Amino acid sequence: MSEASETSDVNHASDVNDASEELEIDLPEEIDVDNPVWPYLRKDRIPHIWCPGCGIGTTVNCFARALTDSEIDLDRVAIVSGIGCTGRVAGYLNLDSFHTTHGRAIPFATGLKLANPRLKVVVYSGDGDLFAIGGNHFVHAARRNMDLLVICVNNFTYGMTGGQMGPTTPVGAVQSTMPYGNFETPFNLPFLADACGAVYVARWTVYNVRQLGRAMKEGLEKRGFVFIEALAPCPTLYSRRNKLGDGVDQLKYYKANSVVKNGADTKEVGLSFQGEISVGKFVDRERPTWLEAMDAHYAQVFAGEYVPHGGLHGED
Amino acid sequence: MNAVKPANKAKGTVFVREETCKGCSYCVDFCPTHCLELSPGFNARGYHYPTLARADDCTGCDLCGLYCPDFAIFAVRFRDLEKLRKGRVL
Repeated sequence: MSEASETSDVNHASDVNDASEELEIDLPEEIDVDNPVWPYLRKDRIPHIWCPGCGIGTTVNCFARALTDSEIDLDRVAIVSGIGCTGRVAGYLNLDSFHTTHGRAIPFATGLKLANPRLKVVVYSGDGDLFAIGGNHFVHAARRNMDLLVICVNNFTYGMTGGQMGPTTPVGAVQSTMPYGNFETPFNLPFLADACGAVYVARWTVYNVRQLGRAMKEGLEKRGFVFIEALAPCPTLYSRRNKLGDGVDQLKYYKANSVVKNGADTKEVGLSFQGEISVGKFVDRERPTWLEAMDAHYAQVFAGEYVPHGGLHGED
Repeated sequence: MNAVKPANKAKGTVFVREETCKGCSYCVDFCPTHCLELSPGFNARGYHYPTLARADDCTGCDLCGLYCPDFAIFAVRFRDLEKLRKGRVL
């Protein structure tokens, strides 16, 4: 702590300073005040492997706050990740977490949800994992309205393998497999999710931490297929190849160029290279989930003989 | 020594876990009251960690804690201290 705070003459301020000196030395279990994120982390794995200035850790902060705010029973939360930088999230969060094969986070989560409908299953993965290798699974889970919360950390590139061009790389961006600039049209992720039938679609940047946390809280409380896109900087590969500075410069770009457009038509919210970013909650609607639709259908077909699948385990 | 220091205006303070900081300076650049600065010294891994340079300005809003990708800094409001001490999540 700085000397300035030690000279404070407020009584409780000196208590705080004592605690903070302890914090720097002792284990987190032994201090009075914990970082609000610490209880959700596997502390033996911290510090994590993400680069300085990477936005994934910020989204984890928002997710931890959303878990606290929603007061959800943590024994009922399962988190599933695929492969990639964002795929490490499941390894760092001290929940029931699964690190699955590349692109198969959503099928795994679907099986988990159907085997135990009481669970709130969260898919936390990157843009390459969810939309390139696992694109087909995303489309069909959204079409069925499977009761999942899908959080996609979009950094426009494949971070872990060396900055190859991915399905969300904007036109014109330089990548290691596109050394003269990308010419492929990228996905407009909110439009894709909306068109496939997701019941909740939002996009925020990691600059909008409070809004991102609130969207995650709403996603945890919502039934059905929820899709939240979090734009995050990749300072080591995406930003450096395109000479965009480091993580802070990308956050300043998000701050200057993000425009809140709640309820906007998702067709209009595509991203361009260093252009305007439309953020906000685009879609919030109600549709029967896959389990609800199955129960309703078979209850009608088989009348009294059918035992509802979700009903065996109580609500959800 | 100064006789009487004016009453401390700070409403909160920050805690820094120096050894996990990677010096990205999110907290320094996006602190609403600009009360943080990167330290001149290094931590064990060679990064400049943040310090509370203007302690009187800290409101304990915890925006630094929300931004920090390395879970190395967080802030508390003095009025929330008791509540935070009791509240354990896991």
